[in-house]
Amino acid sequence: MLDNAWIIPLIPVVSFAVILLFGKRFPSKGASVGVFALLACFACSLVLAGEWIGRDKTVETLHHATAADIALAQAEVIELGGDHADEAAAEDEHAVAEDEHAESGSEEHEEAVFKRAPVVHETTWFETGGTKVKAGILIDGLSVALLVVVSTISLLVHIFSTEYMRDDRRKTHYFAALSLFTAGMFILVTSSNTLQMLFGWELMGLCSFMLIGHWWEDKENSNAALKAFFTTRTGDIGLLVGISMLFGMAGTFDIGSINGLALGAQMDQGLLTAAACALLLAVIGKSAQFPLHTWLPDAMAGPTPVSALIHAATMVVAGVFLIARMYGVFWQGFHIGAGDGYTPVALVGGVTVIIAALLAFVQADIKKVLAYSTVSQLGYMVMALGVGAWTAGVFHLFTHAFFKACLFLGAGSVAHSGSHHSFDMKKDMGGLKKHMPITYATFVIASLALAGIIPFAGFWSKDEILVGADGNGYTAFLWVGVIGAFMTAAYMTRCIYLTFHGEPRGNAAHHHPHESPWPITGPLVFLGFLSVVAGFAQAPMLGIELFADWFEPAFVSDVVTHHGFNGALAALGMAAAVLGALVSAGYYVRNLGPRGVVERNKLAHAGYAFLSNKYYLDDLYTDGVVGSLKGPIARAAYWINQNVIDGIVNGSAALALMLGRFTYDVIDQRVVDGAVNGIGVSAEGSGSALRTIQTGKVQQYAAVLFLALIVFAIALWKFTS
Amino acid sequence: MLLNQFLFLAAFLFATGVYGVLARKNGVLVLMSIELILNAVNLNLVAFGAFNQTVTGQIFALFVIAIAAAEVGVGLAIVLLIYRNRRSVDLTGIDALKG
Repeated sequence: MLDNAWIIPLIPVVSFAVILLFGKRFPSKGASVGVFALLACFACSLVLAGEWIGRDKTVETLHHATAADIALAQAEVIELGGDHADEAAAEDEHAVAEDEHAESGSEEHEEAVFKRAPVVHETTWFETGGTKVKAGILIDGLSVALLVVVSTISLLVHIFSTEYMRDDRRKTHYFAALSLFTAGMFILVTSSNTLQMLFGWELMGLCSFMLIGHWWEDKENSNAALKAFFTTRTGDIGLLVGISMLFGMAGTFDIGSINGLALGAQMDQGLLTAAACALLLAVIGKSAQFPLHTWLPDAMAGPTPVSALIHAATMVVAGVFLIARMYGVFWQGFHIGAGDGYTPVALVGGVTVIIAALLAFVQADIKKVLAYSTVSQLGYMVMALGVGAWTAGVFHLFTHAFFKACLFLGAGSVAHSGSHHSFDMKKDMGGLKKHMPITYATFVIASLALAGIIPFAGFWSKDEILVGADGNGYTAFLWVGVIGAFMTAAYMTRCIYLTFHGEPRGNAAHHHPHESPWPITGPLVFLGFLSVVAGFAQAPMLGIELFADWFEPAFVSDVVTHHGFNGALAALGMAAAVLGALVSAGYYVRNLGPRGVVERNKLAHAGYAFLSNKYYLDDLYTDGVVGSLKGPIARAAYWINQNVIDGIVNGSAALALMLGRFTYDVIDQRVVDGAVNGIGVSAEGSGSALRTIQTGKVQQYAAVLFLALIVFAIALWKFTS
Repeated sequence: MLLNQFLFLAAFLFATGVYGVLARKNGVLVLMSIELILNAVNLNLVAFGAFNQTVTGQIFALFVIAIAAAEVGVGLAIVLLIYRNRRSVDLTGIDALKG
């Protein structure tokens, strides 16, 4: 499977074609094709991951483990016992060797760390101007991790959709687009060069557009689709510029070479920083970072499974993936390793964490709460990569995909069976806990994971980010992370309370809510299970560092530093989350705290209005940017139209009338007509004179031809000699 | 080498061919005269090739022969169709394109 990983992107491509061409002939309208294709992808990805983990470690990294790390690895071997003996065998050998050294008292001794070599298979795509552009697959830890995540979520979303979209009128197109999207994501994560990556990136953007606007009969939905498309396109300009700049500097599109050259400081520093800035713009657009995050909440206009797959778990993390994949460029371009308190990447991520979390408090739509939560969590990932905690960022991507997909599908389940297709928490939900026990349980588990409560998945990844920010010298971002954890727990408590507790309101009271059927609850339970266990892949507190071992590529290990478990930080993060949940519960459930403060206090009201208008960013974009360009231009055009053009038109009309009379009398009748008639007469005369040459006799033509040839030959002879 | 003799012969053949093309009334004879012109050129090519000790001229001549064969095939087909339509191959009578 390692050598034939190209099969994985190919399966959904084929499935897309089959569904599009023959989908309507299937009794399931093509849904079964999609599900089976994704089942195959899922199986292939698991086999691939197994083979990757079993691969020999042959690449020695520049980074050397210290004695403390070795001791940790040794502890891991002991703790895991026989189950993981094979995987740990390599480390075991080192550990034994280290043991002997440790006994001899050499504290300074360093042991080489080995990583698995990436598998690259390429073929020449096209060749132009002496540059061979390759197409191929690059399988390393990062792509394996992403393949597993994407195929898992995509499979579950497909199954969920068979029920959720059962009677949809464009079901075939829906499943075709879903397959194409999955193919795009697979192409992105396995591509070995930046051009191919761009291809997958744009393919996903297109599918996102099609799926957000799936119910395009509503103007609102097609507007949201357009907004998402245009906003991400704004960022894509950065991707194009970045890829071009990197090609100009490195002379290749190959990702491995670009990272190697960047990390080897073989590129011009100024240009590299500029290229990293351009790529960061692409990240801001695709991963909905501040200030281009406004498209993601609107993208919730699409079907809920689409929101779970594309706008929570996979496509929006493409930006995070881009940073992780081109980490050499970002690392060197922004001096992430310097640890001087801030980097542009971390700043973008940190600002997004806080800004989006605040917005989640004022939303009435359950999907919008989750959307802002997604924006905020993406901010976490970008921030983690920005502070040099590569593994933490990718690990958060990994765990977040599971619990956020679970939350979105849970919201879909509520709308499907509980609130009669309404997503309004304040009007149409409440008291659904007893009607939908499975949905409720999985939603709470996923919320606990999101809030970062031990031992759920989010705790481990969030803790890694905090430790990384602290250890790499980015203390400010540690506090951003802690505040973010506080707010996350608070808004999720509010969301759960409004949806599942209290008195039933609106549709939830009038439409007989019931639990959803198995195609919906099945994926929920599975994702809920993953939300519990996924975090244990990287739990330094228990001495488990499997995620870093399996999925961290060698070139990243060369530069990043790992920090051990920090009890104080874990406690801090947990305390913030619990405090957030308690404050929120106190406010909403126990009815403590100031009531009606928004209505009474002018300042609080201003703050609320500021938030519910989404910081006026949309107004800024539509009125400020578009309006400032469009309005004045339109007004100026109108003024010019009324005064200048109309004056010119009227004046010129009178002038034209006068000139017309003159023209007709003098020019037209005498000069033009005379000329026309003259030309006609002369043409007729010359025509009848010349027609005698056209005898139609082939031998006369031949004679002319030979005569001309003779003249030409004489001319040539005279002028050249 | 006797280059001039070959060139004279070729010039004579060429002139004969041109005369045939311009003066004969029979379409088949005009085609044959065209062949004379082409073969005069072939003779020149081979003669110059031998004079310069290269095979380029002969290769060119081979191409000319091949293309002349194709050309005469098309030409005879045209003449045949003209004969079928008019029961004559007299070129002076064919002036349908007269202006």
